[in-house]
Amino acid sequence: MRQLVLLVTLAVIWLFSYSHLTTIADALIAAMQLTRATPLGEAVHFFCYETPKVLLLLLGIVFVMGVIQTFFAPERTRALLAGRRLGIGNALAATLGIVTPFCSCSAIPLFIGFITAGVPLGVTFSFLIAAPMINEIALALLLSLFGWQVAALYLGLGLLVAISAGIVIGALKMEQYLQDWVRAIHYGEDAAPQQNDGLALDWTARLAAGNQHVREIVGKVWLYVVIGVGLGAAIHGYVPENVLVSFMGREVWWAVPAAILLGIPMYSNAAGIVPVVQALIAKGAALGTTLAFMMSVIALSAPELLILRKVLRWQLIVTFVGVVATGILVVGYVFNWLL
Amino acid sequence: MKAVKILGTGCRNCQTTRALVEEVAQALGVAIELEKVERMEDIMRYRIMATPGVVIDGVVVHSGGIPERRTVESWFHTAE
Repeated sequence: MRQLVLLVTLAVIWLFSYSHLTTIADALIAAMQLTRATPLGEAVHFFCYETPKVLLLLLGIVFVMGVIQTFFAPERTRALLAGRRLGIGNALAATLGIVTPFCSCSAIPLFIGFITAGVPLGVTFSFLIAAPMINEIALALLLSLFGWQVAALYLGLGLLVAISAGIVIGALKMEQYLQDWVRAIHYGEDAAPQQNDGLALDWTARLAAGNQHVREIVGKVWLYVVIGVGLGAAIHGYVPENVLVSFMGREVWWAVPAAILLGIPMYSNAAGIVPVVQALIAKGAALGTTLAFMMSVIALSAPELLILRKVLRWQLIVTFVGVVATGILVVGYVFNWLL
Repeated sequence: MKAVKILGTGCRNCQTTRALVEEVAQALGVAIELEKVERMEDIMRYRIMATPGVVIDGVVVHSGGIPERRTVESWFHTAE
């Protein structure tokens, strides 16, 4: 009961702050004796408005996601996916990838857990592509900086990339390109299967999990948000309009593949990259190109590929990168064409 | 003496979990023999699907994320 009161109070405070962001930013600007007519004033206003907005949305979405994730322990997701066929299985896997708790350091246990439980390789890949790409941080930032339409497009197209890439990888029948030790895996005597499907929790535990999720995620990324929005603010105030059109605009056909290639070796989280991306777009970069860059940075990161190298032979790694990059390429062009 | 194994490849959550387990055991005065299992092949023998995992006397008691202090304490309390 006490918890419920606290939750409602926090929700009210959240709503109140969120609906007064402009007022607060305007007041801050006025207090610093700046006006939005100057580059400095515009940059500071952008920072004072966007930072609390992004952080508030991040807090809200991460909390809700933390609660939702308690319903989808990896063990439960695996049980839902075991033995699914290509197609439906891929769609289910990609969707579950959004709501199942995942961190890249757990990619291998999860991968092996899926494969050994009879989840098809292609279905497993749909999960592994969707899980990092469509995460609550990316969605919160897109929502606050671009609006719900772009966030929804990112969600939909991200799912589409994960589903179709998984179907392609499944159809290629590449099971023999798993590392030998993975194929030979058999569970030892001390293996203790545990019943941990997350369904037995009560609401107190679920809300506590949401709270824990907020501390873990927001505690980790808030600094990136501040730095990212700071960079974005500088770009907003000082970079001239349309300066990027000539090499990042929608008419430049090679910009999308170049953005994807550039994104692979880069490793950043959505928190740092979205604010910069948003500022670039305001200066004439095309939305599709910049979002392709962002997807590539998040979904195809060199460190993650190194982790996967432990369980996949290079043939499968190359196929994985190729298929996902092609998917992102299509998404980039579609975005550029739609908007 | 309880045999505690921390399963994890060395990410930050694994290190935090290890420190937490050590701290709680010491605070409760429980003698433990701590082992870190870092080879993926060995970790996977415990059938966990997320790291870090914690094994006490051969039983998996936790997997995925940093356990809450209360939970860690309960592992050592039930043992006495």
